[in-house]
Amino acid sequence: MSSVCSEVLGRRYQDGDVIIRQGEPGDCMFVIQEGRVEVLQRKGGKEYCLAVLDPGDFFGEMALFEQEVRCATVRALGDVCVLTVDKRIFMQRMHEDASFAFKILKRMVHRLREMEKVLTHMADADRFELASFEPTAWRADAGNKPTT
Amino acid sequence: MAPTSPPELMLADFSRIGVIGGGPAGSFFAYFLLEMAETVGVRLEVDIYEPRDFSLPGPGGCNMCGGVVSESLVQALAAEGILLPPSVVQRGIDSYFLHMDVGDVRIETPRHEKRIATVYRGGGPRGTPMSDTQRQGLDGHLLKLAVGRGARLIRSRVDALEWVEGRPRTKAQNGTEQTYDLLVPAVGINSGTLKMFVSAGLQYHPPKASKTYICEFCLGRDLIKRDLGDSMHVFLLNIPRLEFAAIIPKGEFATLCLLGEDIDKGLVQAFLHSPVVQEVLPPDWQVPDNFCHCSPKINIGSAVRPFADRVVFVGDCATTRLYKDGIGAAYRTAKAAAKTATFEGVSAEAFRLHYEPICQRIRRDNFLGKVVFSVTRLIQGWERSRRGLLRMLFEEQREGSNRHDMSTVLWDTFTGSAPYGSVLGRILWPSFWGRFLWDIVRANGHRA
Repeated sequence: MSSVCSEVLGRRYQDGDVIIRQGEPGDCMFVIQEGRVEVLQRKGGKEYCLAVLDPGDFFGEMALFEQEVRCATVRALGDVCVLTVDKRIFMQRMHEDASFAFKILKRMVHRLREMEKVLTHMADADRFELASFEPTAWRADAGNKPTT
Repeated sequence: MAPTSPPELMLADFSRIGVIGGGPAGSFFAYFLLEMAETVGVRLEVDIYEPRDFSLPGPGGCNMCGGVVSESLVQALAAEGILLPPSVVQRGIDSYFLHMDVGDVRIETPRHEKRIATVYRGGGPRGTPMSDTQRQGLDGHLLKLAVGRGARLIRSRVDALEWVEGRPRTKAQNGTEQTYDLLVPAVGINSGTLKMFVSAGLQYHPPKASKTYICEFCLGRDLIKRDLGDSMHVFLLNIPRLEFAAIIPKGEFATLCLLGEDIDKGLVQAFLHSPVVQEVLPPDWQVPDNFCHCSPKINIGSAVRPFADRVVFVGDCATTRLYKDGIGAAYRTAKAAAKTATFEGVSAEAFRLHYEPICQRIRRDNFLGKVVFSVTRLIQGWERSRRGLLRMLFEEQREGSNRHDMSTVLWDTFTGSAPYGSVLGRILWPSFWGRFLWDIVRANGHRA
């Protein structure tokens, strides 16, 4: 169950709460104010942890650029406070301020690079034994935070 | 495409920038300038002159403002990676109460989320309890971010300005003299330093200003939680010269903010003794004899020519939004100036072409804002329209209602969350007036 945070902006989620769900439509992105979340993707009946995100990180931004459904589930790891950024505000800033767009682009490019590392890990894990893939294994050595 | 400025007016490695004023506009400017310069591999030296210590409670550390960070700014900053930590946020606001003589209504945000931050600009009002001094003001927080980016803080006031070989040279009260490649006044409109720029032969004229009234009542956390909650309390009262009044809950204090034409003591008393206001404040609470208050100037116009070769004014001393979201306007003007300086140079022509349009956009929007406030004044002045408004809002706030036309119009007007142009666009829809007029008829039906 989510609740509104006290003196922290945004909305509070408890450990295990799903903030966005893979396959659902979305019209906003989220910025973590406090706590951590995990980004999960379900494929072939199995759930893979793609990343763990920290305060200041954002997720769900793909829904702002495309009319697609959410491509991953994001779940709270412990108590988390998350701020919703509306599509209207986001797009207004993108159109008015190229440096804002550049900053978002930079962070997304960084995530894509990290995602490449994750995919390599996943491919390796798949080759040996997909079921034994442990997200903490790559969390420890990769910079994490691929895109959602 | 070549930059607008000639090579000698482009910032290069080790160019020196002097920012006068460490409020939000100055800090945002320094922060974004250093960030953008880094992206193009230019190393800059940025000095911020700020004599005040923003950690001090009372007038010494305060920048005199209602202390509301709008929903749109909170979101834009968050997307930029600039978070407002719990030590800065005095209270997250998720709704507002509209109080009128004909009744009250609570208006919630569609997302039911705290996305408006109430903050102190300094270390809190005079008499801030020790338990609250661990908290930071917004200005101190932003200044720290700018310093963290590499700006150098000079705790002194600049009291003289001269030109040496086409470059501004400042003389600070602590005796330091510095020559800069770019000077950025971010002094607001309440600072005496502004006069120095008016007489500096820059063709700069400061914005027109009016007086407002802000005071802080120490009600204590429990009373604030019980009586005010996490809502902004907005008053539409038929009191002459009063444009807008709000009570904004914070940690231990509630901030009263009155906007209108030349707010004086009589108007403040009329407001505080209005039965509608008395009902909102705790029942056995009396206005204390001594409390932190100020009557700062606020812009009701824009500056003329807020730029010259090697000079750009940002924040309130250039332009700001009418009545609302001044910190958001500081963010926009500071960022536009930083972007121009980094990519187009520091010539007057560069600022005219790339900075002035942002100021103009704010100016144009303020003009539309005046129309919006005229409409609210009309509603405010006629009891039947106030009844109609209340009925329309009640209908919209009923569970399951999917129409929120009036609620969002008022939310965006009173919180500064959307441009006035967008608000006016919604007001001008015939269906909006159709519904409103119908609600006026229904609300006053029994009186006909």
